[in-house]
Formats: sequence, structure tokens, C-alpha cells
Amino acid sequence: MTTQPPLVEMRNMNIAFGGNHAVNDVTVDLYPGEVVGLLGHNGAGKSTLIKMLSGAYQPDSGDILVNGEKVTIQNPRDARRHNIETIYQTLALADNLDAASNLFLGRELTTAAGFVDDDSMEAEARKIMARLNPNFKNFSSPVSSLSGGQRQSVAIARAVYFNAKILIMDEPTAALGPHETQMVADLIQQLKAEGLGIFLIDHDVHQVMELCDRAAVMKNGKLVGVVKISEVTDDDLLGMIILGKHPHTGEVMEG
Amino acid sequence: MRQLKSILATLEVDLRLIGMIAALAVIWGVFHAVTGGLYVTPRNIFNLSVQTASVAVMATGMVFVIVTRHIDLSVGALLGFIGMTMGMIQAKILPEFLGYGHPMIWVITVFAGLLMGAVFGAFQGWLIGYLTIPAFIVTLGGLLAWRGAAWWVTEGQTVAPLDETFKVLGGAGGTLGIFWSWVVGILASLAAVALVFQSRRRKVAHEFHVKPLWAEFALAGIYVGVICSFVAVLNAYEVPTRRIERMFEAKGEVMPEGLTMGYGLPISVLVLLAVTVVMTIVAQRTRLGRYIFATGGNPDAAELSGIDTKFLTVKVFAIMGGLVAIGAVIASARLGSAANDLGTLDELRVIAAAVIGGTALSGGVGTIYGAVLGALIMQSLQSGMAMVGVDAPLQSIVVGVVLVFAVWIDIVYRRRTGS
Ligand SMILES: Nc1ncnc2c1ncn2[C@@H]1O[C@H](COP(=O)(O)OP(=O)(O)OP(=O)(O)O)[C@@H](O)[C@H]1O
Ligand SMILES: [Mg+2]
Repeated sequence: MTTQPPLVEMRNMNIAFGGNHAVNDVTVDLYPGEVVGLLGHNGAGKSTLIKMLSGAYQPDSGDILVNGEKVTIQNPRDARRHNIETIYQTLALADNLDAASNLFLGRELTTAAGFVDDDSMEAEARKIMARLNPNFKNFSSPVSSLSGGQRQSVAIARAVYFNAKILIMDEPTAALGPHETQMVADLIQQLKAEGLGIFLIDHDVHQVMELCDRAAVMKNGKLVGVVKISEVTDDDLLGMIILGKHPHTGEVMEG
Repeated sequence: MRQLKSILATLEVDLRLIGMIAALAVIWGVFHAVTGGLYVTPRNIFNLSVQTASVAVMATGMVFVIVTRHIDLSVGALLGFIGMTMGMIQAKILPEFLGYGHPMIWVITVFAGLLMGAVFGAFQGWLIGYLTIPAFIVTLGGLLAWRGAAWWVTEGQTVAPLDETFKVLGGAGGTLGIFWSWVVGILASLAAVALVFQSRRRKVAHEFHVKPLWAEFALAGIYVGVICSFVAVLNAYEVPTRRIERMFEAKGEVMPEGLTMGYGLPISVLVLLAVTVVMTIVAQRTRLGRYIFATGGNPDAAELSGIDTKFLTVKVFAIMGGLVAIGAVIASARLGSAANDLGTLDELRVIAAAVIGGTALSGGVGTIYGAVLGALIMQSLQSGMAMVGVDAPLQSIVVGVVLVFAVWIDIVYRRRTGS
């Protein structure tokens, strides 16, 4: 795994909002077929970090490398061009549109004459949903009338459909019941087996222990450390999150 | 009642559309009764459709503006300014170079108007999208500024007469006549039928659920019926005999005995129908339309999906401006002159039409046909009250009450249906 270059590498990322240094010199990487958990308290800077990768925010400084090559990501379109797909914490769905329209938002299928082809999009949406969530049947209503789990399926389908190589999932199970959470967990395993790299932001330490290969822990915008899951315990991770204490060096982060 | 409901459900027609048509039927029925049978007549329907055209054209653009969670208060004033400028161009400036009555005058004038509308609209859209000044403020400023500018064009003088060909675009002077009205009516009917069955074929090809065949035939039949009755009614409105006589005299001929002529479709209504079709296609079948609705539904989601919402705002307001120019052409051509108070209060009529037509001010929801029907409902009320002799102040009160009532009904309807 370590012989090839990382799928994506974020080096020395910095961003500040006014005086608030939300992400402070953070470096993480991600290999194909790997799930890296991003952990930390509310406001630690997890979402902000990955939003710089998905093109929603512009870093003040820092480099992003995809397959070992430096890239500039200035907007969500750039990120998608590098096969980076994001499932946002706030489920970026247009509530007034149906599932297929949301799935293809910004990348609509069109007819030869250039008009949007709703029928083809619905047909494609049915296909991918049959694979991800066979219980999903409601293709004609606006997504506002769907359940949290169904909406989550739409958001995930959107990322998976377009052949993501790098998948960012910001708390994908926060709004879900146990059954749907299991569904997402299975899906993560499946995508990982297909060779995708996944950044998984999650507050549930057990879930991270189960699903991830490595974990990166942030506190107050800084990186506490990156550890292999196989080499740490639940308590080690909690110590990193709460105290900023590195399990191997025992060092406690300032601030 | 339950049977009716299940039929409507099978036809999959929009209940809000049914509601609006019912409201229109009630209004027409009441005025028809009160005026002793003068309201639902070819003559009055002709006048209604001509009077509705300008506001309805603008209302289709206001749907896009409101769907993207903005508002445009400047449309009436901008209509006044563009109307005045077009008046100057065709009556004072172009004749100097081309001579009076030159056939290119109306073309250049309309083109100049459209360009102005799109550019001024785009400028307002830029202030809103890129400088993030609220649309309410930008267009409130526009309302004052364009109205002032309209006065400046001629220092308040009315421009008249307008170019003869230009006036054809506005009203009673410019109609297709019986034959061409039927040609348009039949072509439109064929197109409607083709659309219904083409869409069915696509759905069958994808193995989607389709309506029963009888429902498709019923819908196609309703479309054809509505189109043909509209044409028939307008054709039944006869040109006064004296006017036909004068037309023959002008050509140095004598009118044949017993000749009658129907007005048929007014050009302005034809323009409205064309605008409605094009705007509906934009709304439902283009990426631009999809992005307009997505942005209205969730601006952040649209942005994160890679949609350039700032530029989208510019486009939406540019479209609005272009439609204001078309409205200005129709309104000034109908009056045969351009006065600096042209379009006064039109912003409120246009917004009311869009809102009565089901466009939600919270964004993301609205239909083009709804806005056109909304404009027709407003105009039907106003014309009817004028015909009955209701005082102008009372007319305003009634229209105001109806607007608020319509929005309340809409809110209740949305809550019931959970949409
Ligand atoms: N657009 C913004 N403008 C100003 N401050 C911001 C913005 N986005 C994030 N922040 C700030 O950056 C810090 C990190 O926020 P972030 O959303 O990344 O936290 P998080 O780790 O994802 O937390 P949570 O677990 O609650 O999702 C917070 O202090 C937040 O207030
Ligand atoms: Mg977050």
C-alpha cells in the first residue's frame, strides 16, 4: 500500500476566518482502498479542512496533491474533475427537486439537442438506487418529503454514481437510525474494496475503530496526530480528542 | 366529488391549476351575470387578452426572479424608461436617417429595446449577485432611478405618434385575421398532441409508469379544445363595418357588399404565447432552468454542486430586463404613444400575478403558466370592475384583498398537501 503515491495529500493546510485560525498547519494523506477517520470536538476544524479539498473553501496556504501531483482546487467543479466527491454534513440537496434531479445536479444528462433529459436521469437513478438502497422507490416527489435515510442515500448515490476515487463523508450517519447506519457502513466497506480512498468524519469512536484504517485527530484547528487504528484503543482515541494527548509520544498539545 | 378527484388524479393534472381555472370561471361568471351578458363575449375576451399581454410577459420573468429568492421592484419604471427611449428612437431619431415609415424602423427600435432591457437587467443582477446588495434595495433604487430617467428622455413630454408598423405589435390594430389565426391554432394543437404522445413514448421506452391511454387522449383533447375555442372566440370578434370600408377606401377600392372580417389573434397575444412556451421550456428542459430552481430550493447546495449562482443571478435579471422590454413594446404600441408614466405600478401587478399563480416568495417553487393565469385573473377582476362601474379606489381595495386572500389559500393548500 505504501509503495504507490498517496491518492491525495494535504500539506500544511491553513485557513483563518477573521482572527479564528480554523485549520492550523494540518497535514494528512489518503491511500487507495483506505478509510481515514477524521476526529475531533465540535468546531475542531474537520469540516473546514475537507471543504478545502472539495473546493468549497480556498486555503490561505498549503498544498493539495492528487496522485503525487500538485493541483489547484478553486471551486467544487475543480474537485469533481479530480474525482473528488463529497457528502456534506448538511446534505447539500435542493429540497424542491426530486431524487434524480439532485443526483445529477450540475452534471445533468442532456438530449442531443441539449435539453435536460429527465427520463434518462430517472432511469439511471433507479439503477444506482437499486444497488445502494433497494427500498428506495420514491422518484417523483421532491426530496423534502423523504426520510433522513432516504435523503442520505440520494447524497451518497450522487457521490458514487460519478466514479469518485476520493470520497469525503462528513458525518454520513449522524441523522440515521441503526438500520440505515449499518447500510452506510456496509457501503463504505464495499467502496473501500473497490479501491476508493475515503475520508470519514465521525464522532462515534466505535464506528471509527470498526471502519477506518487510520485516524487523524484535530483539536482547536491543529492536528494532534495520525495513528493506525490497529495500534490504538478506544481510550487512546478519546485521549487524543479530549486532552490532545498523543498515545505513542504521550505529548499533550498546547491550546 | 370523490369520482372527480380520482379522475383528476389519473390525469395527473396540477390541482393548483384547476383552482386557478375555477377562480377565473367564478370571476367571469359573476361579471357576466352582473353586466347582463356583456362580459364573456368575443369583444371583451379580445380586450382582456390584449390588456393582459404586457403584464403577463413580465410575470413569466418574475417567476424566475422570485424562485431564486429575489424580487424585482423596478420592472414598471424600467418599462417606462425603455418605452420612452424606444419612442424617441422610432419617432425622432431613426426617421432623420431613414425617413418616416421606413420598414426597418420597428426592427431597430425593438432590437434596441431588448438590448437595453437585457443590459440594464444584467447590471442590476450584477449588483445583486456579485456585490451581494439585496435585490429589494437594488431594484427599489431602480424603481426611482428608471422612473426619473424616463422623465429625462423628453423632459416629460409624451412621444407620439409612434411608427405605424411598431403599433401593430400592441393591440387591436395588429391581428392575424381569421385564416392565419386558424393556421396558428391548428399548428399549436398539433404540437400539443405531439408533445403528449412523445412524452408517453419516452416513458414507455424507459418502462416508467404511464397514465392510461384514455387519460392521454383526454388531456390532448382538452388542449386542442382550449386552443381552438380561444381562436374561434377571437375570430368571432368582428371588425366594425365602417373600419373595413375605410381600409378599402385607402386602397382606392370599394368594399364588397356584406363583407365581414374577424380580428383573430392579436400579435401581442401571439407574442405572449411564444414567450410562455419559450420560458416554460427554459424552466423545465434546460440546465439554466434546473439551476434556477435548485438555487431557489437550496442556494448552498447549488453552489456546492458547482453552479455559479452569482452569474446565474445576472442571467435571471437579464432575462427579466429583456421581458420588460417586450412588455414595453406591447404597452406603448397598444397606446400608440409613449408617456413617462408608462408602466406605473406595473411592478406590483407583475409580482401579484406571479404570486397568485403559485410562485412562493420563499423560493424554489413556481410555474410559468401559473403566472400567466395569475395575470389574467388580475386583469379580469380589474376590467370587470371597471365595466360594472366600481370606483377606482374600491377597485384597488378589492385587488389588494384578493392578492392577500390568494396567498393565504396557497399557504393552506401547501400545508395540506405537504409540498
Ligand atoms: N464560513 C465560516 N466563517 C467563519 N467561521 C467559520 C466558517 N466555517 C467554519 N468556521 C469556524 O471554523 C471552526 C471550525 O469549524 P468546523 O465546521 O470545521 O468544525 P467541525 O470540526 O466540523 O465541527 P462539527 O463536529 O461540529 O461539525 C469553528 O470555530 C467555526 O466557527
Ligand atoms: Mg463539521
